[in-house]
Amino acid sequence: MSTPALVVDALEVRHGAVHAVRGLSLAVDRGEIVGLIGPNGAGKSSTLHAIMGAVPVAGGDVRLNGRSLVGRKPEDVAHAGIALVPEGRRIFAELTVEENLRLAANGDFAEAYELFPAVEEFRKRHAGALSGGQQQQLAIARALVARPEVLLLDEPSLGLAPRIVDLVFDALQRIRERGIAILLVEQRAQRTVALADRTHVLANGRPRLTLGPEAAGDTDTLVSAYLS
Amino acid sequence: MTVDWQTIADAFGLGGMYALMAVGIGLVFGVLRLVNFAYGQLVMAGAYALAFAYERGWPVWVGILLCFGVVVVLSIAMDLVVFRPLRTQTPAVMLVATFAVAFLLQSIALLWFGSLGKIAASLSSLNQPWTIGGVDIRKISIVSTGVAAACLVALVLLLGRTDIGLKMRAAAMDFRTARMLGVRANRVIGTAVVLSGLLAATVAVLMTVQTPLVTPDFALRDTILVLAGVVLGGMNRLVSATLGGFAIGFASGFLGGALPTNQSQYLPSFLFAAVILVLLIRPGGLFTRSGQQAVERV
Repeated sequence: MSTPALVVDALEVRHGAVHAVRGLSLAVDRGEIVGLIGPNGAGKSSTLHAIMGAVPVAGGDVRLNGRSLVGRKPEDVAHAGIALVPEGRRIFAELTVEENLRLAANGDFAEAYELFPAVEEFRKRHAGALSGGQQQQLAIARALVARPEVLLLDEPSLGLAPRIVDLVFDALQRIRERGIAILLVEQRAQRTVALADRTHVLANGRPRLTLGPEAAGDTDTLVSAYLS
Repeated sequence: MTVDWQTIADAFGLGGMYALMAVGIGLVFGVLRLVNFAYGQLVMAGAYALAFAYERGWPVWVGILLCFGVVVVLSIAMDLVVFRPLRTQTPAVMLVATFAVAFLLQSIALLWFGSLGKIAASLSSLNQPWTIGGVDIRKISIVSTGVAAACLVALVLLLGRTDIGLKMRAAAMDFRTARMLGVRANRVIGTAVVLSGLLAATVAVLMTVQTPLVTPDFALRDTILVLAGVVLGGMNRLVSATLGGFAIGFASGFLGGALPTNQSQYLPSFLFAAVILVLLIRPGGLFTRSGQQAVERV
């Protein structure tokens, strides 16, 4: 059996006295989407930041293709092949769309443009002039141009119109088909469970249960998972 | 009050020099959120290097080369020894640390070179006037303005057209996100520190022409004025900080030349009163667009 692209093993994250993530384990292989859902403060973003090396790992391990990333700087994790689409998009508003992409990689943006034609259309504009939905597409495109093996997304549908949410989820499906491993943190539980190969429910930093796509229609399970 | 062309040219020269210092301080502030109070001591070190070369009768270009070498090495050392270990600390801790560095460097200068000062006069011929259209203007005023303009243009091109420039701009806006996109923090900060050192060395060369006597407090008063100017213009943006530096330099040069000698001793008081007044009216800075001041850039 080959090693999954991304392995998170008994991860612990602390912010001062707050124990944000307690013993989370998950694995994402190439071409897989793994969901991570749960209420606010469950430790979802902390998990992503710990994988990126932006917050210290207090215990456990994060491995990319079997090699530990713990203790490495965010820029090194990015160069190793993990890209993050941060919460709130974190677009550089004063830079042009193209400059935003060039920050992540020097090269050919054709694949990202194919996925998000709006990003290509407005490539000369200041990113701050884009709509929220366009900025989210730019944020995903910016992560993709670095040609990552693993793509982390932190609530990409936050604050978007339903039509744009469809577009984003559709894009994730197509990104998965390119063989990229996707770890998706979301608030939209039902859509995430339906799209992902498996979805872990997190509460108070602890993994509660794991759901397969068949649970997407099972509202009772979803609700009780959140409220447990 | 007497205003002549020489006064205006002097004001431009001083404004240009202060603009360069403002950019030097602003570049490092952009990537580190650190106000480097020890910036003047970099200029001082460069001036001592020029004096060292002058005393030994070395050619002008050797002195300038030595000045640039000393200041850039000192800038990098400052980053490695002080800024880097304190990078995750609060801005207040870093500011106090740069105060300590400033006094340390001043004390070292005092111990090595004494309090009487050294002479750096290898470029003093630039104090001679050029006659332009019947008006006498000191060469250094024109040289300072020209050098400042050239440096600023070069910097604008570097920041706007190059890969590292793009990364520096992004780092100044949101360093955390930039790093997660793969922008290497040490490379960006190192570049800002070296550029800031190159500017300090340039200022040292220009400043010793006007003030050939190099003492341990060389450029100290200028640094305080420039810092006031940077705050006045708006610290958050390189352009506004530069304009602020230029404005206070120009005002300082203009008033210093125009005021009668018995009143010019009050010049700093006038300037700081003006700074306070501006900040009361426009707390975000004189050259920031409204709605853009006081924006928290985490």
